[in-house]
Amino acid sequence: MPEYSVVGKRVPRVDALDKVTGAALYSGDIILPKMLHGKVLRSPHPHAMIRHLDVTKAKALEGVMAVITAADVPGYKYKSELVFAGNPHLARKKVVYAGQPVAVVAAMNPYIAEEALSLIEVEYEELTPGLDILETMKPDAPLIYTNLYTQGPYGKDTKPSNIAWRVEYRRGDLETGFEEADLIMENTFRTQTVHQGYLEPQAAVANIDLSGKVTVWTQSQGIFQVRALVAEFLNVPLSRIKVVPVEVGGAFGGKTYQLLAPLCALLAIKTGRPVRMEMTRDEVLKASRPAPASLITLKMGVTKEGRITAASAVMLFDEGAFPERPYSSNAAITGLGHYKIPNLKIEALDVLTNKVPSGSYRAPAAPQAAFAVESQMDLIARALGMDPLQLRIKNAAVEGDLLPDGTTFPRIGLKETLERMAKYLTQKGKLEGENRGRGIACGFWRGGVGCSSAHVNVNADGSVNLVVGCVDLTGSRTGLAQIVAEEFSIPFEKVTVVTGDTETAPYSDLAVGSRTTYQMGIAVYRACQDAKAQLARRASLTLGVESTEIEFAQGRFQVKGKPEKSVSLADLASNSISMRGEGPITGRGSVGVPPFAPMFAVHVADIEVDKETGKVKILSYAAAQDVGLAINPTLVEGQIQGAISQGIGWALMENYVFDRGVLQNTTLLDYRMPTAVDVPFMEILLVEVGSATGPYGLRPVGEPPIVPSLATIANAIHDAIGVRLKELPMSPEAIFWSLQPNIKVKQDVG
Amino acid sequence: MKIKVNGQEREITVEPWRTLLDVLRYDLGLTGTKEGCGNGDCGSCTVLLDGKAVNSCLVFISEVEGKEITTIEGLSPGGTLHPIQQAFIEEGAVQCGFCTPGVILTAKALLDSNPQPTEAEIRRAIAGNLCRCTGYDKIVRAIIKAAAN
Repeated sequence: MPEYSVVGKRVPRVDALDKVTGAALYSGDIILPKMLHGKVLRSPHPHAMIRHLDVTKAKALEGVMAVITAADVPGYKYKSELVFAGNPHLARKKVVYAGQPVAVVAAMNPYIAEEALSLIEVEYEELTPGLDILETMKPDAPLIYTNLYTQGPYGKDTKPSNIAWRVEYRRGDLETGFEEADLIMENTFRTQTVHQGYLEPQAAVANIDLSGKVTVWTQSQGIFQVRALVAEFLNVPLSRIKVVPVEVGGAFGGKTYQLLAPLCALLAIKTGRPVRMEMTRDEVLKASRPAPASLITLKMGVTKEGRITAASAVMLFDEGAFPERPYSSNAAITGLGHYKIPNLKIEALDVLTNKVPSGSYRAPAAPQAAFAVESQMDLIARALGMDPLQLRIKNAAVEGDLLPDGTTFPRIGLKETLERMAKYLTQKGKLEGENRGRGIACGFWRGGVGCSSAHVNVNADGSVNLVVGCVDLTGSRTGLAQIVAEEFSIPFEKVTVVTGDTETAPYSDLAVGSRTTYQMGIAVYRACQDAKAQLARRASLTLGVESTEIEFAQGRFQVKGKPEKSVSLADLASNSISMRGEGPITGRGSVGVPPFAPMFAVHVADIEVDKETGKVKILSYAAAQDVGLAINPTLVEGQIQGAISQGIGWALMENYVFDRGVLQNTTLLDYRMPTAVDVPFMEILLVEVGSATGPYGLRPVGEPPIVPSLATIANAIHDAIGVRLKELPMSPEAIFWSLQPNIKVKQDVG
Repeated sequence: MKIKVNGQEREITVEPWRTLLDVLRYDLGLTGTKEGCGNGDCGSCTVLLDGKAVNSCLVFISEVEGKEITTIEGLSPGGTLHPIQQAFIEEGAVQCGFCTPGVILTAKALLDSNPQPTEAEIRRAIAGNLCRCTGYDKIVRAIIKAAAN
């Protein structure tokens, strides 16, 4: 592997100083003169017709400046509600989940706004809510939307239903596959609704200028997406909306939805003043976009040597009350995609219910699918008496193998990652002790894609400014600046990276799918090459040779092989803006949707169960991951450690507790996430099998480390106490009852 | 009423039932103190009150008269970073940064009273500060490093 001078090094984050001093600005910190405060009235019912909605009294309250309802939304006049994915679903005639916005108020201060909400009169006619996917997916179930038609593998259904999406993948012949098997195992696994758990609640500020142009400050995973969503809501051209980036206090997929900005923008238009809105934690938990619950039935056949001969799966996801986006396809591709399975059938569905709409959360749907598949692999290893890592190595996909959707794996490092973990465990030795167990699981994530562009401006002193339009969620500004420093052979400190607003930055799609550093990295790399090509032309004029004779070495442009005939980057840059210069150097890089660079993670947890209380203590945790090339090992480790902590929370404690469709645990005490005492130090083993497509072999990083964590812990619990839990969370209560086999506990899942 | 924030006496006129967090952020412009839950569950709003770490969302402004308040903005007077801040940067303990001010102030209260804490003591001390990005690994390491310096 070539040695780089800045790429691959542990340089500090460019945003760290602002963040440790409190100087960093988040959307909730934006305060403008004459600013109003907005609040949302939300439905208390999971399913009801709005028979009467009267805002007269609220409007009449002293200090109230505007009240809006669905009737005021310009975008609603022309389009079906189902078009507005990612936007606030301000109720039209019907509410479909508890917490859905019904009306919005702007007032002189938040207290008046709150009071105004209590003066809005709404008469609901309650309808029976559909809460269980097994009920709502039935052909004769009452419809949540009369105009929703299943989008399936062969097009749209002709009859409406509560199934939003359906995918189906087949390969080989299942019957033959199961006939070849020595062992066939079938199990059903269930996961709960969980929240991304970002610490920063949603907030937005919108302002309007005299020409009517709206400016929005809000946290997001893409400023251009915010612009598109607000423009759609307001029914105005994209150029009439400006979105200014701010720091984002955690997102994990959950901030690809704009739950406030469109409302805030409409209030700014109605009042002609800046408006600020912020969600309470109660609103965040009740009415943002948590990850879907799942129900997965999985059948697998293996030979006694451990070769998988066939697998079939039915994967159901609780889409909640709005078809935001499908989870079925991710689950169907990633769940079993990392194994060589000659005979395969996967069916996956996204089913609507009258619960808060589901949203993306770090490798959306992959952890749920991996919980089923990797739990089952553990059970198979136990049944065959095989080492669980060896079972996975035996079946691991390699370059050239097909994914369930028929695409081909490019260069991948699954085997290398499994082998790295095997080596680590050999060094670590066996786990000893009563009620202790070790769990192993593997995870696959293909990543998300989008298009990206970047500008590189070479300053007169040879320093460089990088301008991008992607939001930094993971330290991507730092990683991208490292690419620039590397390509220009300048110290890291001489690169300044800025996320521009939608009027100054080149376009970028969302920061999702772990794609930012990998794909924006390609654009930045290209922008650097573009700027260097311009500089090489200038150098050729200075040095009196053809530009094809120029090479870049040790920070200087020189005649090939002749360092004595050279000119420095700084001199060329300085000349470029002199009176006789050829003009400033601006490099541009742009990339469409690049190929996937698939990612794999292998986790091991050592745990101890307190049989008296059912509490699990994580003794140690290790994760191996193929990251292609760790652009900045500190950033990469941090991503992996954070994901593991989220996975531990998902496995052991986090849970949306509904009572007839209404969320009951709406604080962070009741929606319990891991604290510092719940997790140990985490050993991160970086594997670097370079991708075929990323600069320096970069692969995406952020999402795969959550994928295996749920099954890792379930497998460890089985190893510790001999009980297999197929439903999450594996709370102390659940573990305690699982150890009392003579007592049956009925669980209410509604 | 008079309050002392980051070493400065401030005279303010506010409703007594408002929270310290609200007044710090919106009356005094000290937005480094964050609101993550408003219930005292997440620790993002942690400030020091006479050297002790408290959730400022649970403190009425009327309770702090005559007390010394330290926010994140008061930790690096003259631009010199506190060793904990320095360690957070060096160890990569900062990700989204939303929990960072609160957890740094909790760590300061800990190290002021217990300069050489064990890993378990550090974890216990910051158990009221939720962080969703880091898994706490590099935060704990940064506090260990700051204690060593």
